[in-house]
Amino acid sequence: MIEPTVYELSSPGRHGPLLPALDVPAAPLPDAALLRPADELPLPELSELDVVRHFVRLSQKNMSIDTTFYPLGSCTMKYNPKVNEKAASLPGFTNLHPLQDAEMTQGAMQLLFELQVYLAEISGFAATTLQPAAGAHGELTGVLIMRKYHLDRGDAKRVKILVPDSAHGTNPATTSMAGLQVVELPSDARGNVDLEALKANLDDTVAGLMLTNPNTLGLFEEHVLEVTKLVHEAGGLVYGDGANLNAIVGVAKPGQLGIDVMHFNLHKTFSTPHGGGGPGAGPVAVVEALAPFLPGPLVAVEKVDGDEPHLHEDDHEHDHEGYRLIWHTPSKSIGRVRSYWGSFGVLVRAYTYIRMHGPDGLRRIAENAVLNANYLKARLLAEGSYPLAYAERTCMHEFIAQGILEGAPDVHTMDIAKRLMDYNFHPPTVYFPLIVKEALMIEPTETESKDTLDAFADALIQIAQEAREQPELLKEAPHNAPMKRLDEVRAARELVLCRC
Amino acid sequence: MAYKFDPNVRYAKTHDWVRVEDGLAVCGISDFAQHALSDVVYVELPEVGAGVSQGEVYTTVESVKAAEEVFAPVSGEIVAVNEALEDEPEMLNGDPYGAWIVKIQPSDLSQLDALMDAAAYEAFVAAEEAGGH
Repeated sequence: MIEPTVYELSSPGRHGPLLPALDVPAAPLPDAALLRPADELPLPELSELDVVRHFVRLSQKNMSIDTTFYPLGSCTMKYNPKVNEKAASLPGFTNLHPLQDAEMTQGAMQLLFELQVYLAEISGFAATTLQPAAGAHGELTGVLIMRKYHLDRGDAKRVKILVPDSAHGTNPATTSMAGLQVVELPSDARGNVDLEALKANLDDTVAGLMLTNPNTLGLFEEHVLEVTKLVHEAGGLVYGDGANLNAIVGVAKPGQLGIDVMHFNLHKTFSTPHGGGGPGAGPVAVVEALAPFLPGPLVAVEKVDGDEPHLHEDDHEHDHEGYRLIWHTPSKSIGRVRSYWGSFGVLVRAYTYIRMHGPDGLRRIAENAVLNANYLKARLLAEGSYPLAYAERTCMHEFIAQGILEGAPDVHTMDIAKRLMDYNFHPPTVYFPLIVKEALMIEPTETESKDTLDAFADALIQIAQEAREQPELLKEAPHNAPMKRLDEVRAARELVLCRC
Repeated sequence: MAYKFDPNVRYAKTHDWVRVEDGLAVCGISDFAQHALSDVVYVELPEVGAGVSQGEVYTTVESVKAAEEVFAPVSGEIVAVNEALEDEPEMLNGDPYGAWIVKIQPSDLSQLDALMDAAAYEAFVAAEEAGGH
């Protein structure tokens, strides 16, 4: 059943709480010229109970990580531990105003400072900004830092960014947004960056390379050290897309692999809510040489007797007397990239998650994420219905199956994805990466039990059988979802977002 | 999958076609390309008067699945764009060899010699289908 809109549920004169009678004189409304006519912005009139039921019903129609397994490749839809919410709702955090003086917010600043240090430590970098609001915003911040680094050296001819063809679409988009040119690099037969193509494109017009490792094929870049070395030898920088950090967190440090700047998706690797439950957060960490270009302000330590501020203090000396935390903008900063101090509530959640797990726990996250993906991959490989891209390689946190089923020529990946909803699973990412036909990009994450993984594999295998025997079951899926198959083509062609 | 191949056009490896009409190079995307894209929902029309080089991107086509770049099969200047695609992008799916995207005043028609004829392109598509992922 389609849930009516609040406007359709509206009934004139109905309202929520009854307010007591006025005990002060009524104030006049502003000039009529400043008021919007009532028919221009009609407001719905509903009782409190109507509103509660409406939104609870809507929420029940949604598939979410709290209701179903959600193997959405490259999105790391891991469970969001509820203790994160508890920490973020502590009154000491929620009652702060972002414009309060630094003397009054030393506790919150300490959390931010420590998160800067933790993220730098986890990734092998020198300094971190917490400002960017999400992954793509972090990418833009990182590429602007790379651009400014070259310009600062008086090198204005570096206008190209190399982007592998397996990259997230945000990489070329970021490059364009930063005013640079995209050069696409092909992948080799094992899914790595094609070294010959890389060499052929490296010259003194290259500002850098954007590398996702593991890449969106779920494969660890086998030549990562050579790739980063080649780019550095040509005078370029290497940007690390941290979207897939979950596969290597606590195991490998991107900074030690030759990456110069990377973003973190706290809403992926560090378990903060995702999508509509966000906002996200996309901190950016850099090597020492790029630290002066970070957006400000950062949290820095200052000796009360007036020493130079430091960005990075391993021994947490600021806990001791004689130190305080201050807002600090680096000398050659690209400037501010977001209002206030980033998505503070999200940063509290990520901080909580890191403290809850510690270094050993973070490493186990990566190990189990990779183990779960390989288990699912091995089950599908053994059963044989689904072709797997790069099946010969051990995958990292995700792998790519293909919706190309023998004996079911009319069935496509989209039909398999829709049918999965009938089995109460959120479909995986589909038709990405673009370089694999009919891609089903499956990322189980570390938070799922073997039972859940088996149930998902069973469903996929069952669906393959249905595809051969009753393809119409798939073609018309979903059957059990609140909405039937949506007309995506019409939705994309007729961009009508509201009916007013 | 059986694709349509038009014997009256020349093909680039990027799955673009071109045919010469009244001295102009009329360009579009192949039947194989529109199949790979699936339902086209938007065609970004380039500016008339823009210069293009053979093998360079001159526009993008968006489908339900992806946004893909379209490459110029010859160098020259864009002298006309098919404005009907603005309202009916699905023409690229229904009639890929009729629904042209741009007309280019070519700077060097001999560039066409390096492109494939229908038979060579059919073999190229078959090889691409068979290989890789």
